Amino acid sequence: MTLSHIFRKGLWRENAVFRLLLGLCPALAVTTSAENGLGMGLATTFVLVCSNLVISALRKIIPPRVRIPSFIVVIASFVTVVQLCMEAYFYDLYKALGIFIPLIVVNCLILGRAEAYASRNRLVPAVVDGLGMGFGFSLSLFVLGAVRELFGSGTLMGYSVFGLGYEPLLLMILPPGAFIAMGLLLAGMNRFDARSR
Amino acid sequence: MSQQLYLSSSPHIHSGETTSDVMRAVLFSLLPACVVAVYFFGPPALAVLLIATLGCMAAEVICQCLMGQPVSSADGSAAVTGVLLAFNLPPTSPWWLTLLGAVIAIVIGKQVYGGLGSNPFNPALVARVVLLISFPVHMTTWSLPAPLGSGLDLVTTATPLGVWKNAVMLTGHAPPEMQAGTLSFFLGDMPGCVGEVSALALLLGAAYLFYRRILTWHIPVAYLGTVVLLSGIFWLVNPEKYPDPVFHLVTGGLILGAFFMATDMVTTPVSMTGMLVFGVGCGVLTVMIRLFGGYPEGVSFAILLMNAATPLIDRYTRPKAFGMPRGEGWR
Repeated sequence: MTLSHIFRKGLWRENAVFRLLLGLCPALAVTTSAENGLGMGLATTFVLVCSNLVISALRKIIPPRVRIPSFIVVIASFVTVVQLCMEAYFYDLYKALGIFIPLIVVNCLILGRAEAYASRNRLVPAVVDGLGMGFGFSLSLFVLGAVRELFGSGTLMGYSVFGLGYEPLLLMILPPGAFIAMGLLLAGMNRFDARSR
Repeated sequence: MSQQLYLSSSPHIHSGETTSDVMRAVLFSLLPACVVAVYFFGPPALAVLLIATLGCMAAEVICQCLMGQPVSSADGSAAVTGVLLAFNLPPTSPWWLTLLGAVIAIVIGKQVYGGLGSNPFNPALVARVVLLISFPVHMTTWSLPAPLGSGLDLVTTATPLGVWKNAVMLTGHAPPEMQAGTLSFFLGDMPGCVGEVSALALLLGAAYLFYRRILTWHIPVAYLGTVVLLSGIFWLVNPEKYPDPVFHLVTGGLILGAFFMATDMVTTPVSMTGMLVFGVGCGVLTVMIRLFGGYPEGVSFAILLMNAATPLIDRYTRPKAFGMPRGEGWR
């Protein structure tokens, strides 16, 4: 499998949110706006790439029987880095994402890639896999956030789209709206795949 | 070959009753409440009724065309959903609100699950709750009834349940004027949703459905009985604060809910025991939300929550298969 294959599979064919249904907790919880979704996605991507890199480099040293705790230690370190950086430089986003930043530690996408890919592959493919999966995840969260923000607040990245007369469909930025938007997007993706096959 | 051998599994006797027969009867039974709605709230109520009904039917046709299915809106189920949705909206709803509700009811509430018979939740209530959560201002703007010919305009006010909840939140006890209008509430002379105001008209329709044997007594009796019992206990304990059971019965959407929404064949248990459990659950939830919840009215939430519990209820109330040894069988 070439590097570009490894990168691209994370974007669509093995997309974390819409194909593997991994990392749904942040995907549903923080995507109340496109900005939040993108912020969460990029933070996760950073952690994913770094943890893939370290775990792949250490894959021959980590004893198999304690691999999960070892992975978690690596992941948690990078999450701490992300959290402190966000608190320092993107304070509003930090406040908006709240508890979901520390919870990146238990994002099953990151642990899943560590277990299924990084711990069995060489360094460069592992990093490319992390990038692809991370961008796929960011893209999904961005699209989900954009759809919910568009209907739920009538804005996109904070800019008004429908004008002042628009009465937002508040449900879309509430938890049930996350499930409805997610289901409809998934259905759309399946439809697209069925057509193009 | 005019006489082909026709093979099928039992049962072989068909009552002849079809989905469209049932839906037509339900539509007919909703007529009195429609008439009362138009009498009390005038053209705005008629507009809500028409937009919701036509909107639901159009949404169903469009959905089924897009999915390449045979169009089945002639069976009237979309029309029933539309009328019930209109019954659950304030008469002053703007046209886009009603239309959006119709689309949500059919698309999100029904067709995404596979259409009639597959939806876990009552479509009209799904739409009502979506609208209530999304547009709290529009969905809680009520108007005083202005009977046709009285020359009155619709005046904004609060529902009896809303008046009570406000008073309790502010002062801790019930407002003094509340008990006055029980009879006029029963007839429908109160602010409320299009179709919920007149208990009398709804009961007339329900009586017809009982006569046609489309309704069974289990859910309405269990539901209303639980509400009367539970609210009666609270009333006896503290009549200063809690309204009496009759007030609970005639205000809000309880009669509409108990007879027309909680008895939807698709989204409620099939066995008699299951129906009783379902009705009691609806009753408990309704009283709890009305007395202690954030919203003044809880009928729609109660029924939707019990809809969610329906598969579980069905699972635990399966009748024992005839002829099975004790302790064995379906469970």
